[in-house]
Amino acid sequence: MTTVGIVDYGTSNLLSVTRAFEHVGATVEPVSNAEQATKADRLVLPGVGAFGNCQSGLKGRDLWDSVDEFMRSGKPFLGICVGMQMMLDGSEEFGHYDGFGLIPGRVGAIPLSGTDGRPHKIPHIGWNRLSSPESGDNWKGTILDGVEPGASVYFVHSFTAQPQDDGHRLANTDYDGCRISAAIRRDNAYGCQFHCEKSGPVGLKIIENFLKL
Amino acid sequence: MGQLRLIARLDIKGPNLIKAIQLEGVRKLGDPQEFARRYYKNGIDEILYMDAVASLYGRGMLTQIVARTAEEVFVPITVGGGIRSVDDVRDMLRAGADKVAVNSAATHRPEIITEIAETFGSQCMVLSIDAKRNGKDQWEAYRDGGREHTDLDVVEWAKRGQALGAGEILLTSVDKEGTRKGFDLDLVRSVSDAVTIPVIASGGMGRLDDLTNVVKDGHADAVAMAHVLHFDTIPLPDIREHAISDQLPVRTL
Repeated sequence: MTTVGIVDYGTSNLLSVTRAFEHVGATVEPVSNAEQATKADRLVLPGVGAFGNCQSGLKGRDLWDSVDEFMRSGKPFLGICVGMQMMLDGSEEFGHYDGFGLIPGRVGAIPLSGTDGRPHKIPHIGWNRLSSPESGDNWKGTILDGVEPGASVYFVHSFTAQPQDDGHRLANTDYDGCRISAAIRRDNAYGCQFHCEKSGPVGLKIIENFLKL
Repeated sequence: MGQLRLIARLDIKGPNLIKAIQLEGVRKLGDPQEFARRYYKNGIDEILYMDAVASLYGRGMLTQIVARTAEEVFVPITVGGGIRSVDDVRDMLRAGADKVAVNSAATHRPEIITEIAETFGSQCMVLSIDAKRNGKDQWEAYRDGGREHTDLDVVEWAKRGQALGAGEILLTSVDKEGTRKGFDLDLVRSVSDAVTIPVIASGGMGRLDDLTNVVKDGHADAVAMAHVLHFDTIPLPDIREHAISDQLPVRTL
């Protein structure tokens, strides 16, 4: 049975993430200090709410450096929602906050209108389709292995990761013409903007894939 | 717009799923978890639990229902009814809810919207408004299950709720609830066009065309359904298929 550490730093959705991992057969170990983070074989960083709160939540528990180290270690890492956004250089959400800087780029607000100029609802809440940024299948062997392009997953966010290098984009989604980064990757460190733990069978499949990395 | 969400609304009383039927009163339908599980298997986009009597009594039963549901239902779960404090929200999230819907407490003390949004994020804070028409294109917000006046104009209240930090609005038409005669399209449109956060239309779904109308004419971002699902008068797959054929942007399974 695969063991996964889930970083517990006060985010409200810890339980949802835990249940989804347990449902597909993982043994979950809550990670609430640096030592536990370093020892984990696989690490999941959930995150909801504001970027700054998540950042201070990690720093306040002395988890920042160990999580930073982990995602560069080559061991499987998954950031979910704000947990993914923190993998970038920083965010402009309610101020300027530094991220881990594993993936070059910033986190900025989703444009208030679609490319047709018509305003759309923010937050972007709901199920939206995953598309591959490159022609052909680049999902093989990744957390999206076996997921059909066009499959829908559940998003809820007002800010979006903007990786500088398209090579770090694993999947995008389209919100009224705005290109939203849905999943990112650098080596064995993955991030998904959508909530895989709330995305039905497709989300559970993605979690299973992560456990097989 | 983004993708349209199809939401199953389950009103709870004690351990039971209930449904108020106009002119008939309240009927007990059984174990809510069974229904939620079935909807999840059939591809529902979200589950909404509303505790019909929580404003009046305790909430222990609801917490258990949510906890059990969250073990096997992996789509977002919203819980409403009797949420009065940040601690109440924390309890619900710990039980497995993803969002809370707040009505009465927010009308008494609007700051609670900001407190919840700042503690857990706006995505967690759904402002629930029970709207009753009191004139042409005018609606008043009600509380305590549609029993008590608030003197709040629904459109103004929705705008204020957004400014205070609500991430979504659950808009229930007291007039249409339980009638199966279609949504209050003017109400839904008035609110949806006045705010920039998503609006969930609730109350009145009876036919497939009601869904199309509330999206195309009412500008709803999500639709909550109860009767048609609980009594299986329109199976969920048929609803999704109809939405696709009417070019409503629902997810394909």
